[in-house]
Amino acid sequence: MNKLVLIGNGMAGVACIEQILKFRQDFDITIFGDETHVNYNRILLSSVLAGEKSSSDIVLNSIEWYQTNGIRARLGVAIREIDQARKVVIDQDGNETEFDQLIIATGSSPFVPQVEGVNKENIHVFRTLDDTRALLEKSAPGAKAVVIGGGLLGLEAARGLQVQGCDVSVVHLMDTLMERQLDPAGGACLQRKMEELGVRVLLGRKTEAFLGNGHVQGLRFAGGEEIGADLVVVAAGIRPNAQLAREAGLKVNRGIVVNDFMQTSHPDIYAVGECAEHNGMVYGLVAPLYEQGKALAAAVAGRTAPGFSGANLSTKLKIMGVDVFSAGSIEEQGEGLETVRYEDPSQGVYKRVFLRNNRLVGAILVGDTTDDRKYLEWLRSGEDLSAHRRHLLFPPPMADAGSDVAAMADSETVCGCMGVTKGEIVHAIHEHGVSTLAQLKDRTRASTGCGSCAGTCSSILRAVSPDFEDESRKTICGCLPFTQEQLRTMIRTQKLRSPQDVLDIYGNGEGCAVCKPALSYLVDVTWCGDHHEDRSARFINDRVHANIQKDGTFSVVPRMRGGVTTPAELRRIADVAEKYKVPLVKVTGSQRLDLLGVRKEDLPAVWEELGMPSGQAYTKGVRMVKTCVGNQFCRFGTQDAISAGVELETRLENLYTPHKFKLAVVGCPRNCAEATVKDVGLIGQEGSWQIVVGGAAGKGVRKADLLTTVETTEEALEASEVFFQYYRENANYLERSYDFVERLGIEKIRKETIYAAPEVRQALLDRLRKSKDKSYDAWLERLAPRPSQFVTIQPMEHQTV
Amino acid sequence: MKWIRITETENIPPREGRVIAAGKELPADPIAIFNLGDRFVAIENRCPHGGGPLADGIVGGATVTCPLHNWRICLDSGRVSQPCDGAASTVRTFPVRVDEGVLLVGISETPR
Repeated sequence: MNKLVLIGNGMAGVACIEQILKFRQDFDITIFGDETHVNYNRILLSSVLAGEKSSSDIVLNSIEWYQTNGIRARLGVAIREIDQARKVVIDQDGNETEFDQLIIATGSSPFVPQVEGVNKENIHVFRTLDDTRALLEKSAPGAKAVVIGGGLLGLEAARGLQVQGCDVSVVHLMDTLMERQLDPAGGACLQRKMEELGVRVLLGRKTEAFLGNGHVQGLRFAGGEEIGADLVVVAAGIRPNAQLAREAGLKVNRGIVVNDFMQTSHPDIYAVGECAEHNGMVYGLVAPLYEQGKALAAAVAGRTAPGFSGANLSTKLKIMGVDVFSAGSIEEQGEGLETVRYEDPSQGVYKRVFLRNNRLVGAILVGDTTDDRKYLEWLRSGEDLSAHRRHLLFPPPMADAGSDVAAMADSETVCGCMGVTKGEIVHAIHEHGVSTLAQLKDRTRASTGCGSCAGTCSSILRAVSPDFEDESRKTICGCLPFTQEQLRTMIRTQKLRSPQDVLDIYGNGEGCAVCKPALSYLVDVTWCGDHHEDRSARFINDRVHANIQKDGTFSVVPRMRGGVTTPAELRRIADVAEKYKVPLVKVTGSQRLDLLGVRKEDLPAVWEELGMPSGQAYTKGVRMVKTCVGNQFCRFGTQDAISAGVELETRLENLYTPHKFKLAVVGCPRNCAEATVKDVGLIGQEGSWQIVVGGAAGKGVRKADLLTTVETTEEALEASEVFFQYYRENANYLERSYDFVERLGIEKIRKETIYAAPEVRQALLDRLRKSKDKSYDAWLERLAPRPSQFVTIQPMEHQTV
Repeated sequence: MKWIRITETENIPPREGRVIAAGKELPADPIAIFNLGDRFVAIENRCPHGGGPLADGIVGGATVTCPLHNWRICLDSGRVSQPCDGAASTVRTFPVRVDEGVLLVGISETPR
């Protein structure tokens, strides 16, 4: 068997092996990796740093993959030497491994400027999973984090550290952020957005020294300016790891020189990825690296295939919720160069295209990247754009929605993170009946990375799948033909304050059991409780404030904020249960007591004698805040979970939500009250709180996403309130927070809640407070009931008898 | 047909139903009366599916949806409109008239 050795267990190398295995299985394969991890998605390390993904979420090839394919994985083993004459590699322990063919995929290393004090503690790079773990360990709310490097990687590190609660500054040598992808105006647009989100940006600063005694405490720039720092991340560029090849006598410039088949100067030695140099270019983005891998795989497997002919450089990414796209050449000067630009600073949108002889040579988009595919296609085709001159920056009116995806080649990569092509998506739709984005994610892993391709994936689904149903076009029911988003707008602009008004003006005038509760919710939330409450449009539970049971009786759950009660309350509950012959008293899963089997007529008296507020256990509203004991008694507790939980429940109780809403507060990461599977969870840790949202432990289990990390309890409560109101205003009725978070993506939610402009955040809080002021304990309706709200009507004939 | 005086109309708010206690003049199974906005209708307070209290359902037009499992029943005919395989079962209906603000329900002299 042919002995094939791969040095470098990273994305480019392993993807190449996957390609080779598609051609031939008769290789004896050994992979050396100096990291101890299996192959993972390096692009998603920023998501791990931001707490959105765990290290296991980003694994691309599990250990089982290596085993089933008969691959020897030598992890944590570095190669010291390549002997090209004897065709052996020598590892760090001096062991030799023979090869017939060798692939070098050693990637690159972070460039760290060797300035004074660079070896101090808490100065990190951001390249590997281990680096990420170290950063997670060192980051803490309020810690001063300085990121050196305003390029792609630096800004991603900044984002992650900010989510961890750090006070982040980005220091950049150049005068423009991401200057390789953006022009000064585009960079300024991105910078404004980042500054709005609370990241300090320092441009044109050359770091001269790291200050501090042992630990880093600050930086000094050329010119003498100094800033403080508790933690430094150096993301000032990367260098190809070509030393091994250079020492072996292979031809090396900046990277290892390869031809179109990724062959080095030795015919049996190949190189792929960030360590390789093709036609003077070293590529660092994943799409071209996968292309290289395909060319290499064909060559090693002895197939004739077109070689790698270079790639248009394009980047599309989200920096702290800001969409950025850049492609082609963005040189400012040149013979015959024309540029067209559009800028709207208040919207944070900037677009610029670069043309030569009416042909597109480059494009920059900030804040709105919906047309990126159009530019990529124009770049690729090199077509004359004379006919499109009036629509260079905006689509012509009435564009056919499916036309752009129809024009895509099957081989074109749609999801750069997971390397999924249009052809694979189409195959999944045809062969596996995939018809929703969620199914597509399951089947192909497309759109499970950064998520920026979700729009394109949906377009392909719409164009190809006969069953595709666009979630955003769904109406509630047949009574009124509008989406919930449209209904919210109509309610607001037409000043409709009751469900019946909406039905009379926009619907069939009648309504049904599906749309009426939804409209009740929508008018309530739109007018912050200042609506015309129509109980006939509410479900029975919301008319009598108890949960109907299968025999028509009701269950009664009094509120016990934070799951805390008193002997006096327990005594009253026991008395009520006996007096009204309550058939069953049960402890609920939400740290409360449930009295089951109460007759409707008895409800007002039961509430009166309990002397406790409604626990809203019957409604689409705020249920409860579950808490652990916290540091009041628990010897492991780091935060006062009970006090925070009681306060949180007090602030949110009595409000309606799109679906039931359950919260939890825990005083330490042991998570005894299961905060990670609640709609909102607060997780206390030493000196800070994590706020997690969109968790579920029902039909499905979903771990909540980290929204942010903050220092004080008040900040934690406020972040919860902001998310809570955002969910109330934006989720569809009957959409649980975990579906909502999944649908919108945590990035968008962060951008529009905790990272929103201060006035936007304040407006959310103001509307929440207004709703709260209008709300009341529903059980107080016992004092002034509506007409026969709780009674069984006695016929008059009886009364006279 | 015997007409039984039940209650003042204002005791049943628009688009809601109320259950009437069984009595010696009324059938043994309680009746539900609904205010449809422009008229009143009466029906046995018992869903043919699981016996759910129809008076507690949401009213849309002349249809009530049972609060337990969402069966839909036409208040005029007593027929089940959803699910369609429940259409075989019907609910007993009663005539209603209003006399000087008082609701009366008509009961056949010879109960079925």
